[in-house]
Amino acid sequence: MAETDRPTTNQFMSVEQYLETAESLKWLLTVAWLLPLLGFAVEIFGGYWGDRHNKVASYLAVGCIGTGFVCSLIALFTWGGATHWGHPEEAVAAAEHDHAHDEGHAHDDAHAHNDGHEHDEEHAHAEEHGPEHDDEHAHHVNDPYSAAFSGSYYMLGQFGDLTVSLDYYIDGLTIVMFCMVTLIATCIHVFAIGYMSDELTDDYEDHFVHLPGGKHFHRPGRFYRFFAYLSLFSFSMLGLVIAGNIFMVFVFWELVGVCSYLLIGFYVERKSASTAANKAFIMNRVGDFGFLIGLMILFTSFGTFRFANPHPTERAVEPGLFQMLRGEHGDLHIHGEGREAEVFLTTATGDHDKSIPYWLLVTAGLGIFAGCIGKSAQFPLQTWLPDAMEGPTPVSALVHSATMVAAGVYLAGRFYPMFTPEVLLVIAYVGCITLFIGATIAIVATDIKRVLAYSTISQLGYMMLALGVGGWVAGLFHLITHAFFKSLMFLCSGSVIHGCHHEQEMTRMGGLRKKMPITAYTMLVGVIAISGLAIPYLTFPFIGNIAFSGFYSKDEIVATALTHMSLNPVHFLLFLVPLVTAGITAFYMFRLWFMTFAGEPKDEHVYDHAHESPWVMTAPLLVLSFFAITVTWGMQIDEEGHLKPGYLVNALLTAEPAHVGEGLTEAGILGLSLPGHHAVHEYHATAGTAALIAAFAGLLISYLIYVNRAIDPAGIARQLSGTYNFLVEKWQFDNLYDAMFVRPVHIVARWPQAFDRNYLDGFLHALCRCAVWVSKWDRAFDERVVDRLVNLVGDVTFAVGRSLTVIQTGRLRQYVMFIAVGVVALFALMFVFMPTL
Amino acid sequence: MNEIALEGYLGIGALLFVCGVLCMATKRNGIGVLMGVELVLNGANVNFVAFSKFGTLGLDGQIASMFVIVLAAAEAAVALAIALNFYNNHLTIDVDRANELKG
Repeated sequence: MAETDRPTTNQFMSVEQYLETAESLKWLLTVAWLLPLLGFAVEIFGGYWGDRHNKVASYLAVGCIGTGFVCSLIALFTWGGATHWGHPEEAVAAAEHDHAHDEGHAHDDAHAHNDGHEHDEEHAHAEEHGPEHDDEHAHHVNDPYSAAFSGSYYMLGQFGDLTVSLDYYIDGLTIVMFCMVTLIATCIHVFAIGYMSDELTDDYEDHFVHLPGGKHFHRPGRFYRFFAYLSLFSFSMLGLVIAGNIFMVFVFWELVGVCSYLLIGFYVERKSASTAANKAFIMNRVGDFGFLIGLMILFTSFGTFRFANPHPTERAVEPGLFQMLRGEHGDLHIHGEGREAEVFLTTATGDHDKSIPYWLLVTAGLGIFAGCIGKSAQFPLQTWLPDAMEGPTPVSALVHSATMVAAGVYLAGRFYPMFTPEVLLVIAYVGCITLFIGATIAIVATDIKRVLAYSTISQLGYMMLALGVGGWVAGLFHLITHAFFKSLMFLCSGSVIHGCHHEQEMTRMGGLRKKMPITAYTMLVGVIAISGLAIPYLTFPFIGNIAFSGFYSKDEIVATALTHMSLNPVHFLLFLVPLVTAGITAFYMFRLWFMTFAGEPKDEHVYDHAHESPWVMTAPLLVLSFFAITVTWGMQIDEEGHLKPGYLVNALLTAEPAHVGEGLTEAGILGLSLPGHHAVHEYHATAGTAALIAAFAGLLISYLIYVNRAIDPAGIARQLSGTYNFLVEKWQFDNLYDAMFVRPVHIVARWPQAFDRNYLDGFLHALCRCAVWVSKWDRAFDERVVDRLVNLVGDVTFAVGRSLTVIQTGRLRQYVMFIAVGVVALFALMFVFMPTL
Repeated sequence: MNEIALEGYLGIGALLFVCGVLCMATKRNGIGVLMGVELVLNGANVNFVAFSKFGTLGLDGQIASMFVIVLAAAEAAVALAIALNFYNNHLTIDVDRANELKG
């Protein structure tokens, strides 16, 4: 191909342009990344430098993350300008205008550009989804890294072959994630100024800590500390996103884990909070164990941790993981059959002189995915996330819904080229199980934050499922949209909790929309978005359909799943479960809204004291609800049921691994087929309609039960008491883990404990007694021998000095005589002892 | 004119020195002690000048003796001041009465 013959350019820009863009993007994102660290370093001393009543720490934190958002936004536009927002043919056409190319393909591009396609997005969709446009398609496949930038900040060390360094890897996904994280974090920081304001005191009374004697626990407020933790978290999360190698990802992975631990356990005096923090940390360690195994396999087989080296001139010198494993078209070089199968790797020399056994590659993928399971609270490690709601609500919104738990999905997406079809199937089924478990438990939960927590688990399951069935863009697209509407809903619930004076039980709320209208209606936006409701086939220019963001992302997921089922009928559950769950999602989300905001007040006391939150808390709600609606603008489903990608999807598409667009047929040991863009395209209308029907059904049932009262929920609970209790007990997972791990560990621990008490302690005590006895002797020797000797020397010196005072008479004449006699005596001695004279 | 040998000068110096020391040792009068000191210093001066004359050091010894004379003058001034003060305090200049420095 002409493109590969000229390694100095790619389809977006020339080398000079590339280097220039890379440099500016690097600095912008680095500033955005490091500012919160600076904020943290200052804020953590807030308790020493200021009193506990001022809000300086919060302003500093907001300033840092807000500046970070501005930098990210500038980076987004820099990137968009350089890559023409992911429309390579525009760049080629622009180059065509500037100076004439002699290569034929460029003319073809220009033709394609001038022929027939007038609308930009139409054009993009043809490029991304149309294998019939072979020429253009080849561009994208040829150079999957043309819109990506990477490099190294600092080499931490070199241990033999292993180079550990701080790298960055910036592509469309990185930048979109940066904008999302910094924007949401800014909103949540601002919200937290209001939410955490009761910590602005020297004497905070914690009503949830009961001391003996019925008293409440008092402690100094920790306002500054909360913001210090938030800043540290923002820094870690951005580091995780910008990381250019899998080792650095691991480092920041653990850092966000630590921040999560600190923030869940923010009210550390509450037993439930400290236990929840421990639980989250320990369950994440289980997943990270797999992550470490994956890292070891990758290092031994590949000898590098870097993702990819997209630099156009150095690419062959230092290929990253993805470039070693996958060829230009995203294909694997597999040789051999069955257990003997090996994958050849492309090394710096261009030869296939390295290889990795296929099963080992699968293991590495599963190991890395195990880390994602822990962090993203997937089955079977999902139980920590609901407990993590013990943290303050802004934390739940930032860490445990929008960013950190999505990091698992992000990593699965980032690491996608390393996953074989077998691993993808595991990912799909794990996601499928998780999304069903989460949604079903959310039906019966009555704590407003727990409903949202289970909803988060369920939605993360959707994302994993999407990645697993081959919908790379669908999964990450849902990550972004979900981050907006879920953080919005968490903040709304925080507003409700704040307004109702820390009442979290939905059974005691109701009718609150009259008391707190802004919270209620922004929450409704979130609920509609997550349920995926829309008015289809009614389109407007620029805005697209009448639909909130969740509709498109969920439609993408369900459509990909449907295509996957049509290709692999065996795995029909991977379509049916998400479809049914779409209905359940709508049901429990509207249940939450109806129970909280609609109907009659159930508890007069709570209702009477409820109030709308101050503007510092409602303003972030309005901002987030705006984005929950508009983040997908530009997308639409036209009359034929074809989906046009919007700006966001186009940005993500540039980062899509090369092999995803075409799909796979009969790949891997299991003969799994994955849908390509073109195949998915056929199913958007069907899947969208089905998902919409499910969602409206859920809404209808919810309305009948909780507003119309046509069906009595208590009656259903009585009739299906077995199922109901099963769900209330969270599918018995906690009990199961308790029986499987916690109690056996306790039993086993009792043995070492007994051994410790009886033998080790006895031995140690005997040793101690020995030591005491020996030291007694030592002391006696010291006192009787050493001390006396020393005292004797002192006494003698003192006595001599005392007796010599006699000759110091103070009489001048006597001294003169002493001198004279002394001199004479000296002379006499000299004559006696110096015979030479 | 008969040249006086080095021994003659040294003999005079030693005589002056011994006289001075004896004076210091025996006089109870503070002024007498001061005179003894002057004698000792001048005995040393004679030696300096003599060695300057007979030795190879040129004028060094004479310069040293000039220094000693200046020093003696300064010392006499300070010592007389001490003697006056001592008299003011004790109404005597008997140095045997000045024994407050005894150990």
